[in-house]
Order: sequence, then structure tokens, then C-alpha cells
Amino acid sequence: METKTLKTEELILNMGPQHPSTHGVLRLELELEGELIVNVKPHIGYLHRCFEKHAEAMTYPQVVPYTDRMDYLASMSNNLGYAIAVERLMGIKVPERVEYIRVIMAELQRIASHLVALGTYGVDIGAFTPFLYCFRDREKILSLFEMTCGARLLYNYIWVGGLSHDIHPDFVRLTKEFVEYFRPKIVELNELLSFNKIFIERTANIGILPLDTAINYGVTGPMLRASGLKWDLRKNDPYSIYDRFDFDIPVGEGEKGTVGDSWDRYFVRVQEMEQSLRIVEQAIDQIPEGNVHEAVPKRVKPPKGSIYSRVENPKGELGFFIISDGSVNPFRMKVRGPSFVNLSVLNEISKGHLVADLIAILGSTDIVLGEVDR
Amino acid sequence: MYDILTNIFGNQIVAYIIGAALPLFVWILPFVLFAVLGERKVSAHMQDRLGPMRVGYHGILQTVADLLKLLQKEDIVTPAADRKLFNLAPYIVFLGSYAAFAAIPFSSIYIGSGIEVGIFYILAVSSFVVVGILMGGWASDNKYSLLGAMRSAAQIVSYEIPTAIVVLTLVMLTGTLNLNTISQQQTAYFWNWNILGGAAGSGITQILLIPFMVIAFVILFISTLAEVNRTPFDIPEAESELVAGFHTEYSGMKFAMFFLSEYANMFAVSAIVVTLFFGGYQSPFGYLGNSLGIPWLIPVEQLFWFLAKGVFFVFVQMWLRWTLPRLRVDQLMTVCWKYLIPYAVFNLLIVGIISLL
Repeated sequence: METKTLKTEELILNMGPQHPSTHGVLRLELELEGELIVNVKPHIGYLHRCFEKHAEAMTYPQVVPYTDRMDYLASMSNNLGYAIAVERLMGIKVPERVEYIRVIMAELQRIASHLVALGTYGVDIGAFTPFLYCFRDREKILSLFEMTCGARLLYNYIWVGGLSHDIHPDFVRLTKEFVEYFRPKIVELNELLSFNKIFIERTANIGILPLDTAINYGVTGPMLRASGLKWDLRKNDPYSIYDRFDFDIPVGEGEKGTVGDSWDRYFVRVQEMEQSLRIVEQAIDQIPEGNVHEAVPKRVKPPKGSIYSRVENPKGELGFFIISDGSVNPFRMKVRGPSFVNLSVLNEISKGHLVADLIAILGSTDIVLGEVDR
Repeated sequence: MYDILTNIFGNQIVAYIIGAALPLFVWILPFVLFAVLGERKVSAHMQDRLGPMRVGYHGILQTVADLLKLLQKEDIVTPAADRKLFNLAPYIVFLGSYAAFAAIPFSSIYIGSGIEVGIFYILAVSSFVVVGILMGGWASDNKYSLLGAMRSAAQIVSYEIPTAIVVLTLVMLTGTLNLNTISQQQTAYFWNWNILGGAAGSGITQILLIPFMVIAFVILFISTLAEVNRTPFDIPEAESELVAGFHTEYSGMKFAMFFLSEYANMFAVSAIVVTLFFGGYQSPFGYLGNSLGIPWLIPVEQLFWFLAKGVFFVFVQMWLRWTLPRLRVDQLMTVCWKYLIPYAVFNLLIVGIISLL
């Protein structure tokens, strides 16, 4: 007698856009075999706001608030990236004071963004408490920003040629206090989460991203560095005044598993926070006197031409490609969002893992849907 | 206990019904109200927050307000759901956890049923929860619920084995399945508790037993954590993966029933741990009733000690939940089959040899 094998079929699981762990309105179409992932198809576009097209109808300074809304966890860095692009296009030299404040803001923003990434990563793995510890510390950075420009999330602070406001008289003191306060908190986070046995079990050797795959997909930022390449635009293509500061670029070493696994991606971010603290510490003592509005042009009207300018955002390389036709509006603007590019590698690294691992992998890529969709 | 109730109500049947309902209204419901708030407060203070503060003094009425809200909620049943199973599931889950209370000795005179096979009965009825969870997960017609229910069934069934082996160890030592007898054996001061080798009597065997009893306790505590789906074993309802697991589609009072049974279960497993290892209702010191010469005070004291110990272990469960991340489903099985079960069997053998000395 012939035995019939039971017919099996793949389970299609629709994850998101309303799902607690897709970090926003990302929809993932999972093809599962049991709980093993055969294929992941990210569906994006739920937060698409036509930023690039909108920018064509705006004057250059009016675009700044739109850049806030791309990677809304790192608005300062977005502002900086855009401002630098337009300044390069126009050939503006900004005052020293502005440069120093910009660097401090960008590095504080990097810490704030990484804190969200690390905290929510803990939630993805099931540890809720580190998340609130991270948010408690991020709150202090947001207070510094609020004191400076009045906003807590979307700052519109770094303008073309300068800043919207000068810093508050207390800012320097409070920032120094924050640096003092925050150093031991990183140790606390490491004790609570980074070196927790269960956490390591869940993240080490999960979602290994080999270096060549990372480069082929154009992955940047902590994800690329976790795969072992020392590539940081602050060192490799210095902008602003980053060449004046002394800091290291942490890379993934495969300490708990393989180079480029989720734990490495997580831990590179932890180490980057320490490096950002170092930069802030060095910069805060050197802020020169000056007028932050000195170089702000009355009318932003770049000459004909085009420019691609990139900065190292907390999530990776944020590039602005701007074509100017000599009018007050950009003729064409294209943004290279690190989240978008980093998300593209998801399917490659999550095949063959379990659904629970997919959450760990997605969390370690640290995407912000505002930037994926723009 | 039933004699007293029969005396009060004059009718044996009424007395039995009331006796069966007592733990629910006198202990489980107030405990759940307290534990839900407790969980929120414990987590809040661990996370540098205050937790609920608005309803009543320091938010003590928050759970009552939540319960009232849940009562008013619309009872949504998804169109494709299997209505019968869907509606039945929460009650079966609750039945499983509530029935366990029948054999738990709260105090020397207050025990729902002093059946001889008490611990065996508890292990058996608490498996009922799996049926309810599978039912709910299947009937919801939701892939997340189904995955959650499957994981849950696999997890609970697996972790019953180390639980049973540890219980067997204790049964071997104490020579009885009756929880009341086990409690009575651990009377008079805490060095007679089973965790300190009390069951072996005294002398060198008791001291030899201590490390193995601690191992047995740790195994039992870990596997009971897994049986009640608490972190680090809360995989069936892993919110970051499966939304809310098997009860994703439930709303209103049916959801509250799942919630109720989860917390009732937390206390039930703590009660088992307490009874088997920490003297049950026995006071760690002497009894105030003895020294004052008031005999009726003793059962009251026993009740107090039992609840205090039980609540302490519930607190430990909460503590773990808000500290640890979650294991992955295959790692959970690894922990059970590769570590807990071999250790438990090995422990059983050693304890057996020691008790023969």
C-alpha cells in the first residue's frame, strides 16, 4: 500500500503595520515553515509624506523642518546634514561657535537616538526595565535640547549658515553634569542587559551580517561597523570640525558570537555612546564666543549646480543630493536615508531563523519608519 | 472545616458550596486585585517610576477601576471564530487554576479537600489550563493566537516533567502525597522545613540533604515559572512577537478571566513551592497562640504565614519578570529537556541514596 505524505504548506504571517515590534508602521510579510522563516518581504510606504517632492516647492530654509521629520529620533543630525549640504553648495563658512554647538548637539542626539535603539531592543527581547532606564536618560538630553530651542523632538535648530538660537547660559554646566551622570549609566545598562546571559543567548550568532553582504547592500552606520569595518564618516570623510576631536570608532569583534551578529550591532551602539560622550566632553570646554546668526544668509539662493553631501547620522550615512537651478527653491532633492538602505538587508540575514529571531534582527537594524518612507 | 460551616448554615450541601466558593471570594479575587496593582507598583518602582497614582491613595483602587472598565467593554468575537470553543476557553483556563486551590492547605483547619493524593491532584488539574489555552488559540482564528497556543501547550507539557520529578523527590522523602500531612511534618521552627532537609529527620542526613533540596527547589521554581508563563518563559504571550499570544482576540470579561487565572496560577504555584519546601502554613518560629494560651489563634497565624510566604514568592516572580529578558522557544525547550530534567532525575537518585543512609 502506498503511504501518502501529509501535505504541508507555508504559513503566510502578516506582521504589522499594527504590531508592537515593527518599530512603527512597517509591514512584514513572512513566509513561515512552522516557525522558521523562509522569506521576509518588507512592505513600506505607510508613512510616506513626499518629502523630496515637497522640498521642490519650498525655499531652502523652509526645508529644514521637513528634515526633522525624517529620522525623528535624530532631528538634530538631519538638520545638520541638510545645513551642511546647502552651505557647501553656497560656499558659506559658518562661525566657530556654531560649529562647536552643532557638534555637541549632534553627539548628544546620537546618544539619545542610540538610547531609544538600545531600550526598544530590550523590549523586543522581553526585558522591559532597561527600556525605561534608557528613556529616563534620554529625557535629560531632551531637556537640554528643550532649553536650547524650545522643542523636544522636532527642533528646527540647525539652520543654513547658523543656528536658530544661541545656547542657554546654563547649557554648558548642565551638559557637563549630564556627561558626569551618564557615564555610570552605561555601566548599569551593560550589567542589566548587555551581559545578561539570556540576552546574549537571544542575540549572539543571530542575524549574522557578513562584511561583503553589508557592503553589497550599502549598509552603513553601526550595522556596518558591527560587521567589522571601521567606516565612520566623521573620520573617513570629515565634515564640520570632527577632525579636531579625539575619539575611537568601535567595531564589532564577535565577542559573544560571530562578527556582525545582533549582539555586535547592539554593543557597537553602546560603545558609540561612550565615544560621543568623549566628543561632547572635549567640545564643551572649547566653545568660542561669537554670534550664531552671523553667517545666516538673508536669502538662501545657491548658484546653479548640484551637490551630494553626507554626514554620519546615528543610524548611518545620511546623504542629501541637491540640484540647484539658481532659484530659491531646490530643483530636485534626493535623500539617502540610512534606515531605508539598512532595512533592505533584512531578508538576507533573517532567512532560516525563527520568528522570535526576526524581532531581534529587526530591532538590531534600528530603523525609523519616518526615514524609511520619508 | 466543613463541620464548622455545616454548623453555621445548618445544611451540609450549602456548607460544601460555600466551602468551595470561599477561596474565590475570600482570597483569589482580592489577591488578584492586589497582585495586579502590586505588579504595576513593583515594576514601576524597579523602573524609576511611580506607577498608578490617581485612583485612590497611591492608586490603590486602580485595579477596581480597570475591572469596572473591563466589565463595560464590548464582548467582541471575531466572525470566523469557533464561537463555542472561543467562549468556553477562558472558563476552562480559570477552572484549571481554580481547581488547584481545592487541595492547597491554607491552614491546619482550612483546606478545601484533604484528599490523600493532593499534590497529584494539583498536578493533574493544572494541566487543564493547556486545554483551555489550545482551545482559545485555535478558536480565535488568528495566526498569532495559534502560534501562541502551540508554544504554550508545548511549554506547559514539557515543564510538567521536571515539576513531577521534583514532587516525586519530595514524596519519596515525606512518604505521602497529602499536602496537609507534608505541611504537618514540617512543624516547629524553620529548620524542620524541607528546604533544610527537614523531611529526613535530624542528624547527618539532614545536613547532607540541604544542597540537594536547594537544587530541587530551584528546579521546581524554574519549572513552575514556565508553567504559569511568566518571564523569562512568557513565550506564549511574548508581546513583541505574538502581540498577546493566545488571548490576542479576547476582550472584556473574557480577557479578564485569562488575566484572573494567570494571577491565580501564580499564587497556586507559589503555594505548592511553599508547601513542599518552606513549611506550608507552619510558622518559622513558635506560635503566639501557644505562648498566650489562645488555641484558636494558631490557625489564624498559620493562615497568615501561608499567605505571607505565598505572596513573597509571587513577588519573586514579579521581580524576575521585570529584570530578565525572554528566552526563545527552542532555548526554552533546551533548558527543560537538556538541563532541568537530567538534573532533576540525578537529584532524585542522590536524595534517594541519602535517605537510605
